[in-house]
Order: sequence, then structure tokens, then C-alpha cells
Amino acid sequence: MVFTLTLAIFALAIAAYLLSSRRAAKVAATDDVHLHSRPSYHGLHSFLWVLISGWGILLFLVIFGNWWVTSSLMSQIAEAAPDAAIIERQLILSDARAIAEGRISSESGELRQALALRFARLDAIHSWALIVLGLGGAFLAGLYSYGRVAPEWRARNHSEKVIRAVLLVMAGIAILTTIGIVLSLIFETMRFFSAIDWQIHKYLFGTTWSPLSGVFEGKMDADKVGALPLFAGTLLITLIAMIVAVPVGLFAAIYLSDFASARVRAFAKPMLEILAGIPTVVYGFFAAITLAPLLRDGGEAIGIRVASESALAAGIVMGVMIIPFISSLSDDVINSVPQSLRDASLGLGATKAETMQQVVLPAALPGIVSAVLLAVSRAIGETMIVVMAAGQGANLTANPLEAVTTVTVQIVALITGDTEAETAAGPAFTLGFTLFVLTLIMNMAAQRLVAKYREKYD
Amino acid sequence: MYDTPKAETAVTSNEIKFSANNVDVYYGDTHAIKNVDVQIEANTVTAFIGPSGCGKSTFLRCLNRMNDTIDICRVEGDIRLDGEDIYDKKVDPVQLRAKVGMVFQKPNPFPKSIYDNIAYGPRIHGLAKNKADLDVIVEKSLRRGAIWDEVKDRLHAPGTGLSGGQQQRLCIARAVATEPEVLLMDEPCSALDPIATAQVEELIDELRSQYSVVIVTHSMQQAARVSQKTAFFHLGNLVEFGDTSKIFTNPEDPRTESYITGRIG
Repeated sequence: MVFTLTLAIFALAIAAYLLSSRRAAKVAATDDVHLHSRPSYHGLHSFLWVLISGWGILLFLVIFGNWWVTSSLMSQIAEAAPDAAIIERQLILSDARAIAEGRISSESGELRQALALRFARLDAIHSWALIVLGLGGAFLAGLYSYGRVAPEWRARNHSEKVIRAVLLVMAGIAILTTIGIVLSLIFETMRFFSAIDWQIHKYLFGTTWSPLSGVFEGKMDADKVGALPLFAGTLLITLIAMIVAVPVGLFAAIYLSDFASARVRAFAKPMLEILAGIPTVVYGFFAAITLAPLLRDGGEAIGIRVASESALAAGIVMGVMIIPFISSLSDDVINSVPQSLRDASLGLGATKAETMQQVVLPAALPGIVSAVLLAVSRAIGETMIVVMAAGQGANLTANPLEAVTTVTVQIVALITGDTEAETAAGPAFTLGFTLFVLTLIMNMAAQRLVAKYREKYD
Repeated sequence: MYDTPKAETAVTSNEIKFSANNVDVYYGDTHAIKNVDVQIEANTVTAFIGPSGCGKSTFLRCLNRMNDTIDICRVEGDIRLDGEDIYDKKVDPVQLRAKVGMVFQKPNPFPKSIYDNIAYGPRIHGLAKNKADLDVIVEKSLRRGAIWDEVKDRLHAPGTGLSGGQQQRLCIARAVATEPEVLLMDEPCSALDPIATAQVEELIDELRSQYSVVIVTHSMQQAARVSQKTAFFHLGNLVEFGDTSKIFTNPEDPRTESYITGRIG
């Protein structure tokens, strides 16, 4: 019903557009006067008025109406069954709703039947209110706007104001969402910290991570929420990934931008882009099923013990995943170094390699640094590969051949585990918040660094 | 009006530095330079003039093989520097460019300090044995570029922070620092104001005592002011080549006359 009404109002808005713009055109033609706004702006004004007032009323009534129906039924249930728990009352309500709509209810009694009748009546009122007020409001708005059509009416300025307001609201939604997410992260983190009696140092520097081991006693054990091994594991895997991705990606970019022939470039660039298009989940099971056993068997052959879920396997595959990221960003940066600088260097008798090393790369350095730091942020936040290929146990080690776990892996384990979400959310949110802060600091540091280099090279 | 190549006026007073014979250049299927013969003398400023797209810059870039960096460009014919074929397989274009310096249309200092801009070439070619040596080269080059007095107190400031005219003189000093024998200039003043242009022109005249200079220019007044020899290009042909005074006062070819009097171009 709501959907039909939404469409109906949209149709009304189009009709209002046509009527108003036609009327404006007629005014302009007959009176031989100069219109302030072109007819299409008169139409646009009507269109916006109908759409915004109609949809606005509809949205308000849907939210308010549902609240009104539910709360009046709930108060009736509270009168009839004062002893019932909240969950029971909600069950009664949903049963009544099911009876009223002709679906199958879990139980049927006198109260439920009576409620169903009342629900049907209220729902009908609600529906009629939606139709009458929604369509009526839209119609009145259209009428108002249609009535304003006159040569001196500044329809363009007014509709532009409305559109600006709409844009502002959209931007506001994006910003408020971000703020909301950050606030909820902060709030949940605070709750977690208060659960461990504000022993934040134990969270940051403790080495035992087993946050749910005490949940049966209903409290967090501050000695078992040490996240250091998680961050160490994340760092180790990120480091391995960068050791793989930075040289390969950067040299690939240098080769493709300045040394490869047009034919090689036409073939190799799309290949790299395909690499970027592989879903991370595929990389993940490639690491777990192909690379990890290979490393383990290879290690065995030369007498080194390699864990079957090693940081090395996860790191290498993550590095491969990041190669196209670094190479395509660096390629853009290197290509944006002006040809005139290359000409100047070549004209002085420098070779291509000298030109690249002493002119192009220094000029491109700020961009390359920011590309690498973006890649690091990406590696830190990467989840799928490490979930599959890195370990689960929190193990504080710098040995890439052993299993380590990462922050993201533990968040996944907490949220998808058997423990009730309420309890598991605390540590998960806190890890997420810490990760967010780390990434933020790194991005800011990167920007600072880049700004500093820019001054030097511009 | 037909454009047919015409034999250049014989002019020989100085030693011949560059000798180009039957040079053709193609960009893909476009025939950009058609059978051009030019002799460039030592200690002389030779100007290439002609309307846009006539091939004068293309020909200039043949002289230090900068066209090699363009994939679709093909050069045919015989160009000799001191009697040696520069398109011979034995010749390394990198070494050639050290001998034949180039200054570009737009000032293009490296995003490095003034000092490092000048020191770039000498470092690459190992011209300085030590830091003191390099300091001497840098000062000498900046003096030859007529910019030493303006920058001597800020050698470590970025070269990109200079004004347009200063940047172009810096680029000339940078080209001079590698001790070239020939200096090619591709419209070196087109991005400069009249005062900076006058300074650069004065500099070109001074450079003539040590180098042979080839300058491409759109300004006929400039060609008349700075050059001793002038070559007029039109639609890829070398129409006329001779003493500047003769070209500008008594051209042999009607096309040259039309161009310098402003009727074509």
C-alpha cells in the first residue's frame, strides 16, 4: 500500500510538472510578458513541492502510525494481562496481527481475537490516514505551486533553494552515519573498558587473548584480554605482504610506464587489473589450500618446521593481492610526472634508467609513499585471507613460519561464534575501534609526510 | 604555390659542425621532413624559422636523436657531427646528447635545488672528481647562463621557485654544464616576457663564442637579431638557407619573402 502511494505521489508530481510548465508557457505566450523563470523551472518547482510534501507526510505517517497502533494495542494488553513479561506481550501482539491479516498464529484465545479486531480497525484508520493525508497533502502542495505561476514568480531561485536543501540533507546523512558509527564504537569500547575496571594497559600490552573464557561467571577477566599478540600478528602479516607487494608493484609500474613497449603495456595492464578483480575470498582459500601446504612440505624437505597456518602463507598471498593496488596507483603517479622533465634529463645525456632514478622517481615520491600507505591500511583491514590462512590462537611471535592471528580474525571469531552477541560485542568493538584509530593515525601521518615532500619537490 | 625543395645557398666561412644531407622524417604515415640538406657551422647561431607545423622543431630534434624517444618516428638520411654519422649503429644516443645539449620551449627545471639542477649532467657524466670540482663547474655554468649573480646566495633553493626567465637561463646553464659542442634551442623564449627574452637573446650571442647554437623560433625579429645563418622551412621542405642578412633583405625564394613580410604563416 505504502509502495503504491509512493508511486501515486510520484505520478502526481509529474502531472504537476506538466501542468505548471504548460501554464507558465501559456502565460508567457498570451500576455506577451517576460517570465522571470523559464517554464521548466515553474514545472520543477511544482514537481519538488508535490514530491517532498507527499513523501514527507507519508514517511511521517508510516513511522508515527505504526508507533500509534503498537502502543495503543500494548496498553490494552497491559490492562488485560498485567502479569505477562514483555516478551510474552510482544508474542500476543504478533499473534493478534497474524489473526487480523489471516495468517496462522501460534495460539488463539479471547484476548488475541479481541486484539485482532482492534488491530484491524486501527490499521484501517492508519491506511485511510495515509491515503487521505498523503495524497491530499501532495495535491494541496501542487495546487499551491500551480497557483504561484506568474511572470514575476521566481520559480528558479526557489527550486534551486529546495534542491540545495535536498543535497545538504544527503550530505548530512553520509556524515551523520560516519559520526554515528564512530560514536557507537567509542561507546561500546568504553563499556568494555569499564567491564575490565579501566585496566586499559592490560588490554593494550597484555599477551593473553581469551576474552570469552570468563563469560560464564558473567564478567570479563582483565588478565585475558591482552590484545598485543593480535596487533603483533597483524603487523607481521602486513609486513610480509608489503615486502612482497612494494617491490613487485613498484617495479612493475616503472616498467609499464617507461620501459615497456606499447604492445606489452596493452597486454600487461589488463592482466594486472584482472588480478585486482579476484575476490579476496578466492585469495583466501588459495592461501589456505594451495600455498600453506606447499610451504609446509617445502619446509619439511629442507628440515624446517613450518606451521600449516603460517603468517608467511597469509602474508605472501595478501602481498599478491595488493600488487595491483600499488602498481596501478604508482603507475598513475609516475605517468603524471611531466614529459618535459624526462626530455630535460634525456637531453642532457642521461639514460632512461638514470632519468627514472634521479628525476622521475623523486618527483613521484610523494604519490608513491601515499600509495604504499594506502596499501598498508588495506592490508591491516584485510579479513578474508587471514580468516582462512592465518591461525586462530593468539601467539606472540616474530617468526613468520609460525601461526599467528590478527585483529580482524578475532573480530570475526567473536561475532560469528556461539557466544551471545551482547557479550562478544564488547571486545569486538574495542578491537575494531583500536584498528580504526591506528589506521586513522597512519593515514594522517601519510598525509603529513606527503605534504612535507611536496614542499620540497614543487 | 608549390613547395619544392631548393638547393641551399652555399655558405662556408667557418668549420662545419653538423652536416645533414637528404634527411627525411616520418611520423607514422606522415612525411614531416622532406629531403632536407643543412650545414651548421661552429661558432655560429643558426636560426630555423617557418610557420607552425613546418617541421623545424622535428628537424632540430633529429640533431640529438631526441626523436628516438617517440615510437612512431622514423628518420632517414645522413646527419654527420664532425664527419661522423650520428645515426650509425655504433653511436650511443646517450653520448651524443652529452655533446649536443638541448634547451626546450618551456623552462623545465628539475624539482631539485638550483645547485642540483646544474650538477645533474656533470654528475651523470662523471665530469667532476670531487665536491670542489663540482662547485667550480656549477659556478662557471651559472655564470655562462648569466644567472649567477641572481642565484649565488640561494643555490640550495628549489629551481622551480625562480621566475620564468630565470628558469630558462637556469636550463641553459644546465645544458652548458655538460660541456656540449652544440646547443639546440627549441623556441627558448616563447614562454618568456620581453625583458627575459632580451636577457636570453643576449646570452645566446655570448654563447656563440664557444658553441655552435641552433635556435628554432617563431619570431622573425628574434632570428634577425641573434642569428648569422637562417633556414626557412615550409611544409616539411627547406625552402631557403643562407646568411641571415641576405634572407631578411634579399630572399631568393618568393615563399621566403611572403613569410618574412607576413603574407603567409
